[in-house]
Amino acid sequence: MPALVQKTPMPGLRLSAGITLTMLSIVVLLPIGALLLKGASFGPGNVWEVVNRERVWTALLLSFRLSVFAALFNLVFGVLLAWVLVRYDFPGRRLVDAAVDLPFALPTAVAGIALTTLYAPNGAFGQLAAQIGWKIAYTQWGILLALIFVGLPFVTRTVQPVIEEIDREVEEASATLGASRPHTLRHVILPMLTPAALTGFALALARAVGEYGSVIFIAGNIPLKTEIAPLLIVIQLEEFNYDAAAAIGIAMLLISFAMLLAINIIQIVSRRKMGHV
Amino acid sequence: MNGTPQRFLNLQITNRDQTDMKPHTTPTLRFPTVSLRAGISTLALAALALTALPGTLRAQELLNVSYDPTRELYREVNEAFAQKWQAEGHDVPGIETSHGGSGAQARAVIDGLGAQVVTLALASDIDKIAATGKLPADWQSKLPHNSSPYTSTIVFLVRKDNPKGIKDWGDLVKDGVEVITPNPKTSGGARWNYLAAWAWAEKNGQDPKAFVGELFTHVPVLDTGARGATTTFAQRGIGDVLLAWENEAYLALKEIGPDAFEIVVPSVSILAEPPVAVVEANIADDAQRALADAYLDFLYSPEGQALAFKHYYRAWDDSAAAPEDVARFPKLELVDIGHFGGWAKAQPEHFGDGGIFDQIFTAK
Repeated sequence: MPALVQKTPMPGLRLSAGITLTMLSIVVLLPIGALLLKGASFGPGNVWEVVNRERVWTALLLSFRLSVFAALFNLVFGVLLAWVLVRYDFPGRRLVDAAVDLPFALPTAVAGIALTTLYAPNGAFGQLAAQIGWKIAYTQWGILLALIFVGLPFVTRTVQPVIEEIDREVEEASATLGASRPHTLRHVILPMLTPAALTGFALALARAVGEYGSVIFIAGNIPLKTEIAPLLIVIQLEEFNYDAAAAIGIAMLLISFAMLLAINIIQIVSRRKMGHV
Repeated sequence: MNGTPQRFLNLQITNRDQTDMKPHTTPTLRFPTVSLRAGISTLALAALALTALPGTLRAQELLNVSYDPTRELYREVNEAFAQKWQAEGHDVPGIETSHGGSGAQARAVIDGLGAQVVTLALASDIDKIAATGKLPADWQSKLPHNSSPYTSTIVFLVRKDNPKGIKDWGDLVKDGVEVITPNPKTSGGARWNYLAAWAWAEKNGQDPKAFVGELFTHVPVLDTGARGATTTFAQRGIGDVLLAWENEAYLALKEIGPDAFEIVVPSVSILAEPPVAVVEANIADDAQRALADAYLDFLYSPEGQALAFKHYYRAWDDSAAAPEDVARFPKLELVDIGHFGGWAKAQPEHFGDGGIFDQIFTAK
């Protein structure tokens, strides 16, 4: 196989490449291909007709807008969390470190029910919020909360190893050259973290867009108000309307693809900048 | 699935330990070997999972695909039927029951789940299975009472002492009353709620579409299923009244306590007929057919009917039922689905894509 160039001394390249491609096809490419095929057989005109309705646009806008907010929140606090976990030593650090992965391990339905229990008007936190007239569960705040929860580990876990690799000498050099702490952070540390943080942001965003299990319990699911796009797909399936379900799925896929592409381009640009500095 | 993240976590911690001691070591060459081994064990796991998937069932086994609130009922029915079947000189039958949303369960059977028997919430869900040719189109005429061995209706569950004074459907649209119902688009039970409200409005000289439309402006949370709505009402304390299956309302009363809730029976409601059928295409041989037929017939037997009464369903034959199980059902005027022209007409008209329910929300 001339296409496969062996760059490492490790044996078993063909075997591992074969396994990888097979798994990738079975798990990722075939389902997405089937979705697109379903859309193609339904016809682009029909797909557009299903998607181009007020209720679908409202749900898509809601899903993507809240996902971006949740991912931005996770971007800021994920980097902060990673920094604290790597640079500070405190009792229970290992425990907190392990706890970051919990949103991955917990079934999303459990997370959704737990969050709803806490933030419902009669829940522990919901009661406090209700006193200042703030409703969390069954509003868009609740959806945002669930999306932040499921996306939390991504930024932290992508940025953490990068922070571990940063030599303290770099910061010390910056300081001895007269840079203030904010200046060092802005011009030395953050540029190094940007590519990894953006990867984490993209992952958190992608996860939030497709999230169903946890959101459904806390959202309220009122059409035009708290109805997320994945729920519309489930509704179409309940009506045995596979074509319409695929149409909304394709719309989500295309929007996600465009957003991830944009993030990748930003990443490439920021990497180039790094190279020139 | 479970093994992989754990391994990943271990790997990270080991790496960090190494960097703690020797800050500048690059990752060792063992790294890819570990991930390859992880990959192979994942493959092995996947292979194991595939072999564990249910294959074709043997003749003396039966899969009953049912909907959500029948869990408790069929647990007892399966046990009682197995004993009876054995007493008649057969081998012990292996009966399994699967529960979920009625529509999702129907889709699973359409997509190939090998159910010999379906016991769903709506005739229209079984119609969808029949449309694929897995059972004859006239399946509903095969068994008595439209193939519905038990029925139920829609009642109101209100908070103790009924603080909002809710007596009938008209009280639900009063100012400040919050109503909890699942989404009729995703829940079979919720379709009965909606049709019951529609029937009341018709009988009381109101424009049913306007009434139902106004009713849904009083709904703060639309759960996807009946159990979810019960939880929202009972555990989260949302809303003043829950529109529920009568059997679900009694179950909530029993499980959560009669000191928290009361059942209010409206003047008019709907006769909900959850039908049962044998899925012809999934029957392997005559022995299995006999078992499936006997299983459904058992639901109509005095013993099976008594179990339905016990689990708060309105069954037909109370000859073997405990008197208190029968006496608890109040009489009320019940409208059946025939009033709406049958499910084949009502389903697309009210709940289909762009149907009346969709119009209620887009008209605002």
